Amino acid sequence: MGMTITEKILADHAGLAKVEPGQLINAKLDIVLGNDITAPVAIKEFQKLGLEKVFDKERVCLVPDHFTPNKDIKSAEQAKMLRDFAREQDLTNYFDVGQMGVEHCLLPEQGIVVPGDVVIGADSHTCTYGALGAFATGVGSTDMAAGMATGEAWFKVPESIKFVYYGKLQPYVGGKDLILHTIGDIGVDGARYMAMEFTGEVISNLSMDNRFTMCNMAIEAGGKNGIIAFDEVTRAYVEGRAKRPWKVYQSDPDAKYAKVIEYDCSKIEPQVAFPHLPENTKPISQVGHVTIDQVVIGSCTNGRIEDLRVAASILKGHKVHKEIRLIVIPGTQEIYRQAMHEGLFDIFLEAGAAISTPTCGPCLGGHMGILAKGERALSTTNRNFVGRMGHPESEVYLASPAVAAASAVLGRIAAPWEVK
Amino acid sequence: MKLEGKVWKFGNDIDTDVIIPARYLNTSVPEELAKHCMEDADPQFASKVQPGDIIVAGKNFGCGSSREHAPIAIKASGVACVIAHSFARIFYRNSINIGLPIFECPEAVEAIEEGHRIAVDAETGKITDLTTGGSFQAQPFPEFMQELIEAGGLMNYVAKKVKGNA
Repeated sequence: MGMTITEKILADHAGLAKVEPGQLINAKLDIVLGNDITAPVAIKEFQKLGLEKVFDKERVCLVPDHFTPNKDIKSAEQAKMLRDFAREQDLTNYFDVGQMGVEHCLLPEQGIVVPGDVVIGADSHTCTYGALGAFATGVGSTDMAAGMATGEAWFKVPESIKFVYYGKLQPYVGGKDLILHTIGDIGVDGARYMAMEFTGEVISNLSMDNRFTMCNMAIEAGGKNGIIAFDEVTRAYVEGRAKRPWKVYQSDPDAKYAKVIEYDCSKIEPQVAFPHLPENTKPISQVGHVTIDQVVIGSCTNGRIEDLRVAASILKGHKVHKEIRLIVIPGTQEIYRQAMHEGLFDIFLEAGAAISTPTCGPCLGGHMGILAKGERALSTTNRNFVGRMGHPESEVYLASPAVAAASAVLGRIAAPWEVK
Repeated sequence: MKLEGKVWKFGNDIDTDVIIPARYLNTSVPEELAKHCMEDADPQFASKVQPGDIIVAGKNFGCGSSREHAPIAIKASGVACVIAHSFARIFYRNSINIGLPIFECPEAVEAIEEGHRIAVDAETGKITDLTTGGSFQAQPFPEFMQELIEAGGLMNYVAKKVKGNA
């Protein structure tokens, strides 16, 4: 019996010829990541035990991106803990404000994560890097601390679900719609503890930015990781970026899957997830009249250059609706600069949007766009839980950058083709 | 370890944003986090919960963010253990790492109601509803995790290993 790509990567990093789902293994880590919310807890654990040095100063990454630029004094103290630790440990990959980006946009862009890696991050959206053909999964702060100390982590080898996307994508349908449709189908625990392997002709033709979006939201179906096999699209992205040699893994033709689920993409419309779970999805044609107060375009899910291009293509020559606040947050400094050079900022500014420095900010109700009681946002982010973006009685709807831009113009949740 | 306490019951898919909202994550002090435990599901929970009480919840408890602050807030609020139909992966792992006992037992979740007094034997996984007399068997921890717990949690295990190699 063959192995899946996830099983092969884990086996190799555990020094084993073969692994099976359910097996407990100890695996070597290529990258350990933390942010300004999770790393302080890990650093305290690390220091409490009198540990002196991280296992490898080039492989522990600290990115203060959640409450930065520091939103208040307590957040500033937490960010300072990262800064002090990074200096003391002489970490290569510490990114302060000015170099900092949303961590899951930043690490692939900077070539820090490469295909074939095993990565743990004290952030649930660490699964984003699966788009590179790497095994990447979110953990808590204690696991991060242990990973920083030893360069290893224990895993239960997950079962895999194979998702096959076929057919022709409809206009304005992209990675966000495919993953929302998938979560709507299998539910927020539909892939609990499991690897989600995304395959099929549609995935082969999908850009890296769209692939990142899909793997990013594997956690919203309860997945341990999302993964897409390395191909020429991946190669074109990592060449010139990768800071280390990479390794290519492919699933065997006779690999064993817990399930195989197929989707005919020619039938998938732009999707919107209604409050308060990402599984509450509806195709745009069934949304009805939903007015909104704020639109956010950004985050580790949809803050990349292609996302901003799609939004700009719809906003061009239009004004943001007078009752809407549109906030655009490029994911990294590089994305920010590129959007500026391409003239996208002129389009956003002429439309009446606010452009923010990179930050997770409003996605988790941190800062830069918190909702008041009773307010409603449409956002390109990844979670619409109760209170996620502010007041517990506010609401978040999730969608693609195309739907977000159209909704900002029309003042209600709208299809991209409604903006004439 | 024998646990006994009053039950607070919650539904399905209780996410970590509800357990501890991000607006309170500018600190990681357990006692501060405990003040806001479960706030967006039940604003009064933190003031009502008593040491030793037990949370009983539906499927996928602890889904969403990887914030370890969630099990830390629950533990610091005095809750002795959490029994759920099922747990989200990262929450499960975090709970073991910080020493918050958790048990998966769909039958117990079905039968036990808010306000009941229940007893839990952490070693055997036996759950008894002292209000009705019903008893249920939860999955015991896998052997690997029992070893971690016996070592005093993940970080003690790691410290021994790192210092032993040095």
